[in-house]
This record gives sequence, C-alpha cells and structure tokens, in this order.
Amino acid sequence: MSDQTTCGVPAGEEMLRVKDLETQFRVDEGVVRAVNGVSYSLREREIIGIVGESGCGKSVSQLSIMQLLQRPGKIVGGEVWFEGQNLLEYGPKSAEMRAIRGGKISMIFQEPMTSLNPVLTIGRQLTESLELHLGMNKKEARARATQLLDLVGIPSPASRLDDYPHQFSGGMRQRVMIAIGVACQPKMVIADEPTTALDCTTQAQLLELMLSTIDACKGSLVLVTHNLGVVARYSQRIYIMYAGKIVEQGLCRDIFYRPRHPYTVGLLKSVPRLDEVRGHRLVPIVGTPPNLIDLPPTCAFYPRCSERTERCLTEPWPDLTAADGEGHLVRCYNPAERTGE
Amino acid sequence: MTSLPNVAQAPAATGSDETILEVQDLKMYFPITRGLLKRRVGDIKAVDGVSFKLRKGETLGLVGESGCGKTTVGRCLCRLYKPTAGQIWFNGKEISSLPEKEFRPLRSDISIIFQDPYGSLDPRQTAGSIVGEPLRIHKLVKSKAEYNERLESLFAKVGLASNLMPRYPHEFSGGQRQRIGIARALAGDPSLIICDEPVSALDVSIQAQIINLLMDLREGQSELTYIFIAHDLSVVKHISDRIAVMYLGRILEITTPEELYANPIHPYTRALLSAVCVPDPDIEASRARIVLEGEVPSPVNPPAGCSFHTRCPDAMPACRTTVPTLKQVGNDHEVACLAVTPGGG
Amino acid sequence: MSEVFVMDAPETVAAPRVSEWKRFLKILFQRKLVVFGVFVLLCLVLVAIFAPLIAQYDPYKNDMAHSLQSPSSQHWLGTDNLGRDVFSRLVYGARTALEVGFGTVAFAAILGVILGLLAGFLGGWTNAIIMRAMDTLMAFPMIVLALLLVAVLGAGIQNVIIALGVATVPGYTRLMCGTTLSVRENEYILAQRAIGAKSLRTMVRHVLPNAIQPVIVLVTTMLGNVILAEASLSFLGIGIKPPGAAWGSMASAGFRDLGTHPLLSFAPALAIMLVVFAFNMVGDGLRDALDPKLRGKL
Repeated sequence: MSDQTTCGVPAGEEMLRVKDLETQFRVDEGVVRAVNGVSYSLREREIIGIVGESGCGKSVSQLSIMQLLQRPGKIVGGEVWFEGQNLLEYGPKSAEMRAIRGGKISMIFQEPMTSLNPVLTIGRQLTESLELHLGMNKKEARARATQLLDLVGIPSPASRLDDYPHQFSGGMRQRVMIAIGVACQPKMVIADEPTTALDCTTQAQLLELMLSTIDACKGSLVLVTHNLGVVARYSQRIYIMYAGKIVEQGLCRDIFYRPRHPYTVGLLKSVPRLDEVRGHRLVPIVGTPPNLIDLPPTCAFYPRCSERTERCLTEPWPDLTAADGEGHLVRCYNPAERTGE
Repeated sequence: MTSLPNVAQAPAATGSDETILEVQDLKMYFPITRGLLKRRVGDIKAVDGVSFKLRKGETLGLVGESGCGKTTVGRCLCRLYKPTAGQIWFNGKEISSLPEKEFRPLRSDISIIFQDPYGSLDPRQTAGSIVGEPLRIHKLVKSKAEYNERLESLFAKVGLASNLMPRYPHEFSGGQRQRIGIARALAGDPSLIICDEPVSALDVSIQAQIINLLMDLREGQSELTYIFIAHDLSVVKHISDRIAVMYLGRILEITTPEELYANPIHPYTRALLSAVCVPDPDIEASRARIVLEGEVPSPVNPPAGCSFHTRCPDAMPACRTTVPTLKQVGNDHEVACLAVTPGGG
Repeated sequence: MSEVFVMDAPETVAAPRVSEWKRFLKILFQRKLVVFGVFVLLCLVLVAIFAPLIAQYDPYKNDMAHSLQSPSSQHWLGTDNLGRDVFSRLVYGARTALEVGFGTVAFAAILGVILGLLAGFLGGWTNAIIMRAMDTLMAFPMIVLALLLVAVLGAGIQNVIIALGVATVPGYTRLMCGTTLSVRENEYILAQRAIGAKSLRTMVRHVLPNAIQPVIVLVTTMLGNVILAEASLSFLGIGIKPPGAAWGSMASAGFRDLGTHPLLSFAPALAIMLVVFAFNMVGDGLRDALDPKLRGKL
C-alpha cells in the first residue's frame, strides 16, 4: 500500500525545461509533425504526466529528448535544457549524450520483450550501464546488480543474474527494466506506457514499485500514458497532448476538476469509471484522431470539437493562454466555462 | 474478513426471467504434445469448472487477467472450441457435444465480436461482403434486393454510411472496423453475442463510441443477450448487469456491478478493484491499494485447492487442499472462498 | 458544453481511397530493371504469337546449299549447318520456350497450390502425407529429377512439361503450405467458422486469396528457371529434339561450329540469358510491390 498520491504538492527546483521542441518525420506522402512546438518542464522529485492517444506525439517527444529517434524522424527545432545545458547541442552519438542516457536520464519502455537484448544475460545488461556510467569494476557492478534485482522484488537475485530475458515472465521482465532504469540513480526517469502491456494487478504492482524505487533514488518521473486513472493517482502536474501539441496543462486537480480544453473535457466524459452509478451514459468524442500528415495550421481537434466556431477554422491554432489556477494553460479559442468543484 | 455482507438492494437486472444460457461445470483443457507421435505430456487447464446462468436480455461481464480463461469460455460458448467436459444449455438445448453439422444452423443465433479490429476482417473482402457473409452462408435472404436492404439496415444500425460498403478494411479506422465486426455479428439476428474484448484495442476516445453502440443495440432489442469479456473492470462494470470474476479457469465471484464495487468479498476481487485507477485525484488519494505478491501460477500446473491461495493475503491451511465452490452470500451474489460463510439470499 | 452535438451520426468519412492498383504499379516500375524486364517479356510474347509473320523462313526446312552462312541481309543471323535460318529458328524457339514455361508453371502451380492449401489448412495426416511426399521429391535436384522423368517418359514438349512440372511442384506446395499455415491463424478465419462457414468455403474464399501472393512471385521467377531447365534438357539432347526449334538444342547443335560460327550458339544462349534475367527482374519487382511491409510507403 502506498500514499504517494501527491497531487498539488509543489516539488523542488526546475531541472528540465523543454522549449518549442519540434520533431518531424519525412515520409513520401508529406511531413508528419509528430511533435509540433512542445514546451514543458520538470522539477526535482516531481512526477508529471503526459497524456494523449496513440499517435499524438507523446512518445516521440520523449524519444527526442533522449535523442533516440530513428530515421526518418528528425528534431527540427527547440531546446532541451537539462542541468544548465541544452542537450540538443550534443549530437545523438556524442559522448555527452551517451553519459546522460542511462546515467542521468533513463527511459523505461512499454515493451519489455523487445527492449531487452535477448542474447545477453540480465546480469550483463544491468552491469553494462553500471560499468559505463559509474565506472564500477566487474565485481562491484555484479554486487550492485544483485542488489537492484532484489530491490525490484526478483526472488534469488544472485542466481537469476545469469539468466536470459526469455527465462523471465512479462511482469518479471518489466521489473528488470525498472532495475536497469534506476541502476545509475538517474535524476530523471521517463516511463513510456510502462505497464500498458500488463494486467491490472501486475500494473499496480509495478507502478508502486517504480514509484518507490524512483523515490528511493530521489529522482523525478515523466509518466507517458493514455490512462487517465494512472495520472490521476500519481502525477502532480499533467500535460494533455493532441496531434503533436500540448492542448492543456496544469496541476492534477485543475485538469481533472476544472478542465478547459474541449478535448480534455471530452476525454474525461468518455471513459467509464469504476465509481460511476449505473445508467450513466458515456459521451464519446466523435470521429477519429487526425492523420498527422500535412496538418493545416488551424486547430487539429476542430473536426471532433463540440465547441468549435468559425474562428477556429480561419485563425491558426491559438497559443497556450492562462486559465484559472497555477500554471493552468489552455490552447483554445472557446475553452469550457470555468466550473467550481 | 467480512463474514456477512450487508445485503444491498440491488436493482433488478434487466431482462426477463427466462434462462437463455446455462453453463454447467465447463472444462476446456488444451493438450500439450511432444515429439513426433504427439504424445500428450500435460494439459493447459484454460477453463476448469465454470458454471453460470444467463437470463434473456441480460449482459454478463467476464473479467479477469490474461490467462484466466475468459476468452476460452467465450470461444467454447460459440463452439470455436469443443469443450473437454461440461454442459452448455442454450435455449434448453445441450450444445457442447453437438456435432459441427448440427450446430451450424445455431451459429447465426450465437455470434462473436473479436478483439482485434485489424485481424478479424478479411483484408481482401469489401465491408459489404464481410457483413453480408452470414446472410449468404445461412441463406437468410431470398433475393438480391432483400440482401441489399438487410445490408443497408445493418450498416445504419452500427452507424456506418452505406456508401462505405465497397471499401476494403484497410481504408477504415480502428473504430470503424470494429463497427463492421459488430454489423457482421448482428447479421444473423442473434440472440446471444459474445463480445471478446471489443474495445481494448481501440483508442481511449473511440472506446466510448463502441460501448455506446453496443448498449444502444441492446436497448433496441430487449431479447439481445451479451457476454462481455474484458480485462478492464471499469468498462465491464459500465456495461454489465452481472459480473463474473475469473482467475485461473474458475469463477471466484459473481454478482451485480454495484455489489461488486461496494462490497467485494473475494480477496482477489478486492485486489483487482483496488488496482484500477479512477480518473479522479481526490478519490484516488483516498483509495488504498492492495498489491498482490507474486504472479499468476501456470495453468498447466495450477495449485491444488483454491487456485488463488498462493497469492492470497488471507489464505488458511484448508485453502491448500479444498477447492471452494460458489456459495450464495447475498442477493444475487456468489463467492467461491472458504473464508466466507454462506448466507443471505 | 453542448450535449446535443451529433454524437451517433453515421460515419461517412473514411480514409481517402488509396488505389491499391496504382500503388502496386508505382512500386513495380520504380526500378529501371523491372521496366526493362517487362519490356523484354512483352517483346518475347509478341514474337511468340506473331512468329509466322516475323520469321521470313521456315525454321524446319533444310537448305544444304546455304548452310553455315554468315549474317547477311537475307539471313540476319546467318544459317546453321543444315542451312536453316537462325533468326527464324530463334523466333520459333521463343514459342517453344514460352509453351514449356507457361505449361510447366501452370501445371505445377495449380497442383502445388491445391496440395499446399489442403496440407496447410487441414493439417494432421493430410499434411504429413503430402509434405513427406514433397520432401521425397525435393531430395533430388530439380534438373536431375527432370532428367530421370524425361528419360522414362521420352522426349517431346509434353513430356518435358510433365517432367519439369513434377520436379517443381514441391516448391509451390511448400510455399503455399507455409503461407496457408500463417493465414489460417488469423482471426478472420476463426470469424468464418464462428458465422458457420464450411471449411471448403473458408479455404477457397478466404485462405486462398490471402495466401496466393507469394506464389505469384514464385511463378514469375520459376518461369525463368523452367525455361532455363528446358534449355538444359534440350542442350543435353533429351528435351526437345531437332528439328524442333528450341534454344537449348540450337545452342547444342551450334556447339560443333563454335570456332567458326560462334553466333550459332551465342544467339540462342543470349536469348535464354535475356529471358531468364527478365523473368527474375520482374519477379523481384513483383515481390516488392506485393510486400505488405512496403504498403503505404509510397
């Protein structure tokens, strides 16, 4: 059990600031603006949630920060300030970037099966980053790896170090991923849909585990997910993404109790809730998420929006403007009425 | 542990009292074979003694984690698998052992919606042809005109324009494809539809469209009975009249959604409920999580006694040897747990 | 927030229509060599069809008075040792090549597809029997098996077709069986059973069209291989025998005068090479164009 739901509690100093990040994929049909001017920040020991549907650019934005994009993806603009340094000035293969990846910032992926190397033992994969980033010798690294596996709840860790990924179950592999993720005591962990492929109870197990291990190494967490429940439980601030842009951002409570963007409002009304009463009807968002190829400069949510007006079609997508509440910003000409609790 | 639950005044489940489906001690074992001669070395006990009753017009939710056997139950009911043991009574007729030839006419009466909207439609068939296939197979229409008429009404029912009929599956979005799958399931005018995770492959904002569609179809036809299989408890709770919680091939608890949420009795149900996050920070802050230890045991070698005892926080010595059966504990509430004293009802 | 917004209006919008056919042609003709291959094959077919119009001489008539002539305006490629016009024989040879090619491939592909479909879809004993038989056939190299069969059946175009057909059936069967096995695992096949379709209907209407594409590619490359094999058999003197016009036997016959009249062997050899190369290029192009992984890339 845990009481880590810390909505609304301000965290420490700002450690990451992403400014106007733009990432594009050039394909034959045109340009996919997967990340289209995204800015956000993360403070020390803070947990933020980046929420959106598949293809909204939430994962690509995180891969961009780590400079782990694969062709034809390309960062075309923006800055990523981390510890007083713009990371985008380093090349993706530079020594500086390698030191940051896995050392100071680590990433936990959705697919534990494909993100572990099947031909290397778990021990090798764990000790590799320990030796690389912390300069440990083989013996020290192995001792630390055993300790890490124990930390994430893998029984008889010392003997399991010599096993290969296929000898672990899905949940166990995800635990190993967490162990690798926190191995070097990173300042910041990016968890990209870390538990989506898993069952409810395993999900719960692992989220709690992830939170406590990150907490133990005093790190911050970026939780990338489509699950509104998970961010409601764990994150302090939330960014809602749609079609490559952040459409609303704010404190957890502001987003859930005073949502202003029609998309956020729609999302909240369209998911069934465990605590709802029977007979309640879901209000779906009509239509389908847009094709990101050569999107017009106007609001991409327009075709599905319930609050649209003439203006949305003639003027470009508005900037994020202040709504009520600390740091509560919304990108809409017709934000929903301010509502009380 | 709760000894006697307060009997909640559950709203009467919709539908008539007539039983459409009764499943008795259903078992489905998949043999594990080895070697050239296909020697049987063991069984995957996917479903291991499942019993329930379903009233006409009712929606039963089957919920559980992967490998609990919920999909297998669904596939046994529409005879995609031939059960190893047990009986399935559909409208008073035993169908589990019928030869395929005799069961085939019933296939228009029991249909299934699959999880994967990309894999369940033939990529080389047009949408119209896919939806019309049951009509052609069972010769349910007499003329080309009637066929077209039926197709149009089916497309209208699931909210697709009829000018989309000549298009191929790859030209549709995930939600639209699932609508095509639903239209195909409706084509034979079935009285029972097995919905096997119909929304879990869809985007969050699309799920509600499909859930509403399924509920509207039920509104329009009071006799339509659903078995709704899903791992997402929130979705199951939203659509079901009763919910059966499955674990390792058995039903551990079966009751109404209100009762399940307000008064879960089986330790597994409670853990499952606590694992689901509600999109509401204040409620989340007040909910405690029960984190289960360990992992689901293998269905090849399920634990003796209560299959949940290896992870149960309240396990007693007796749980290791005795298999609990479903016992009535309240109004429309049955639990299979040795720690529960029967009563109520 | 307006609740009255049209919630359940029918979905009329679908993704913009992509013409599969246009996309297919675009990828197919992306490579210059494929264009070249298609051009060569088109010429070959036209030449074969209109052979009597193109050839100025009877390809079978001996004319000892004009034997072994060098190329001239009368005989573009000269004459062979029996005085037959080499160009005319080449033109008729195209006919033979195509007859054997298409005959063999049609025979082998139809048989192989049926056997592979049955083996893959029905599984169990059907699969075991069919596939073991195919393994046995595959144990022999194709050309050796064809040699054996022709030796038993005797020469002649029909027997060559049968021999090469039997020798190449296992390839189609194995391929078809493999793709059938993977197609069979799709949920839409399960869906067919769920709506009450009989096995035969599912097999013919749903498995076959989804499993046939790789066979189309194989057919194209096999056309080249079979023409080459026929040429080899004829070269060895047990395929199509003189006076029949076949490129293989022409090359073989011209071999004796290689020193003085190299064109007698080189012209048919070049024709064989060109055609086999063309079929392989088109086969490669088809494979790319039909590859689902490349779908949507162009």
